[in-house]
Amino acid sequence: MLEKLVLAFLIPVLIVGGLLFYLYLGEALIARLPRSRQGAIRPWIWLSPALLLLVVIMVWPLLQSFVASFQHVTGDAVTGPFVGIQNYITAFTDPQMLGSMVNNLYWIVFFTGVTVCGGLALAVLVNRVKYGGPVKTILFMPMAISFVATGVIWRFMYAYRPEDAPQIGTLNAVVTGLFHIPPVAWIFQQPGNNLALIVVGVWMFTGFCLVILNAGLRSLPEEVHEAARVDGATEWQVFSRITVPLLAPTISVVATTMVINALKMFDIVYVMTAGNFGTDVIANQIYKQLYSSRDLGMASTLAVILLVVIFPFMVQNVRRFHAQENR
Amino acid sequence: MIVQKKVNAQRSPWLSVVFFRNLPTYLLLLLTSVMWILPTLALLVSSFRPQDKIANTGWWTFSFSEFTLANYQAVFAANNLGLAFVNSLYLTIPATVLTIAVASLAAYAFSWMRFSGSNLIFTVLVALSIVPIQMSLGPILKLMSALHLTGRFEAVWIFHAGIGLPFAIFLMRNFFSALPKEMFESAYLDGASPLVAFFRLALPTSVPALASLAIFQFMWVWNDLLVALIFLGGTPSVAVLPVAISYLVGQYGDGWQLLTAAAFISMALPLLLFFTMQRYFVQGILAGSVKG
Repeated sequence: MLEKLVLAFLIPVLIVGGLLFYLYLGEALIARLPRSRQGAIRPWIWLSPALLLLVVIMVWPLLQSFVASFQHVTGDAVTGPFVGIQNYITAFTDPQMLGSMVNNLYWIVFFTGVTVCGGLALAVLVNRVKYGGPVKTILFMPMAISFVATGVIWRFMYAYRPEDAPQIGTLNAVVTGLFHIPPVAWIFQQPGNNLALIVVGVWMFTGFCLVILNAGLRSLPEEVHEAARVDGATEWQVFSRITVPLLAPTISVVATTMVINALKMFDIVYVMTAGNFGTDVIANQIYKQLYSSRDLGMASTLAVILLVVIFPFMVQNVRRFHAQENR
Repeated sequence: MIVQKKVNAQRSPWLSVVFFRNLPTYLLLLLTSVMWILPTLALLVSSFRPQDKIANTGWWTFSFSEFTLANYQAVFAANNLGLAFVNSLYLTIPATVLTIAVASLAAYAFSWMRFSGSNLIFTVLVALSIVPIQMSLGPILKLMSALHLTGRFEAVWIFHAGIGLPFAIFLMRNFFSALPKEMFESAYLDGASPLVAFFRLALPTSVPALASLAIFQFMWVWNDLLVALIFLGGTPSVAVLPVAISYLVGQYGDGWQLLTAAAFISMALPLLLFFTMQRYFVQGILAGSVKG
């Protein structure tokens, strides 16, 4: 244990040292080249560690997943016979996988809707009070907590005891004590349990939306708002006709991020229900296919489906980037 | 109207019209804050309660007479949480340093060197930054097991560096490109090599960027369950905190005395970082907006 602790601090030194050595070696080699060639080769020396990692970890697997999604690959095999679109047919007909896709739709609609709208409303309100800072910090704090710890926190919130036993979960204490109705098995009862899990996601990500939207809001020109108020616009009119349109680019960034989060959601579901009780999502299915069924073909197919859904956002991301660069 | 507002604010603010107009806002923000902090608070309070109390009474009945550290002692003693904590450090620190070191070299090339293909590669990078990591899991898992690297931390350092790079390079490039051009031009005129310019100019002036990236990557890796679960597996000798806790959840179900304490042990370091370096954390999020 102590050895590992020392290594945890020693290895970073070795990593930095190794990269330094590499860089000095590369520059020393370049120095021997004619000056005209140096400028063409130098960037590649600086880039190649990153490019190597990116190709191995991201680009190659991407192509590999595409190929494997048309294959039947199980067990320890790396490759297998081509089966055409069989995996895709299974993905869209198997009730369990279909169910997980439908659940991802729930996540996209409710998770994105509540985090973005809630974040926007709070961003506006926080701007109007003096003590907005602490509120932002409190709402943002869940970002620092792991999904797993969040899972524990919320399983405790949702804890369920039979009607005659004293409730230890906060929500059921409220339900039984304040509203005098029987305790609810929040994460076990379908279909509400999906919403119960989404609430956890909302708790984690509303602060993120709030912080980004609030920063966007502060960069808007205050005069436009004041002018509208002077002209007699109500606060709601100022918000809906001026703030929202001006903030549209930021809102779209935040919404995009949340949709992607909703699509990739894994940890909350894994820790809270392990995908049981009809709460499975695609990312969780991929994990199951990979680990329990050991079916790389099927896992790849689901990953490709996920990528296809995310693709429009990728294109939009690139477009926005180029628009910013050319401004 | 603006003038009137200021006068109001200077007079006793508690009884002003503005205060009453803003009262719903204050209440709403207060209520939201309480709602947001309540779940964590409930768990924190419970982690200091004896086992039989947690299991039979609500946390809101807590009194200081029942305060105990027994739960923390129990998870450290019986469930290897200490080892998991060290494993988490051993996973996170090298992974973070590797990502940042490699990313800053690449980002420097993208911002201050001209080469053909620069735009194309960077565009691909922007696109890659939102590719779901699930795309990589399957093939890399096979690759790692072929190389006998599964269950080894090296595999996870490399994997985290790989999937963290698009975002990290993007962030660092934004900061590097914002540095004044004249600074580099005059340095080159004085005969400085790119190496000297990088270490003497670019890096020192980008400390805030490096800090925000470091915190971001640290929290991302420290809190990650999926990657650790897949590449390291669940053996206690290599289990990191999220993995160890997810096993506790599976094993003990409602063994709240262990779960509450374990969750707080895993939250301690990120929360400490969050509260001390919040400014940088927010900076990183604002500069990047999208993390893969």
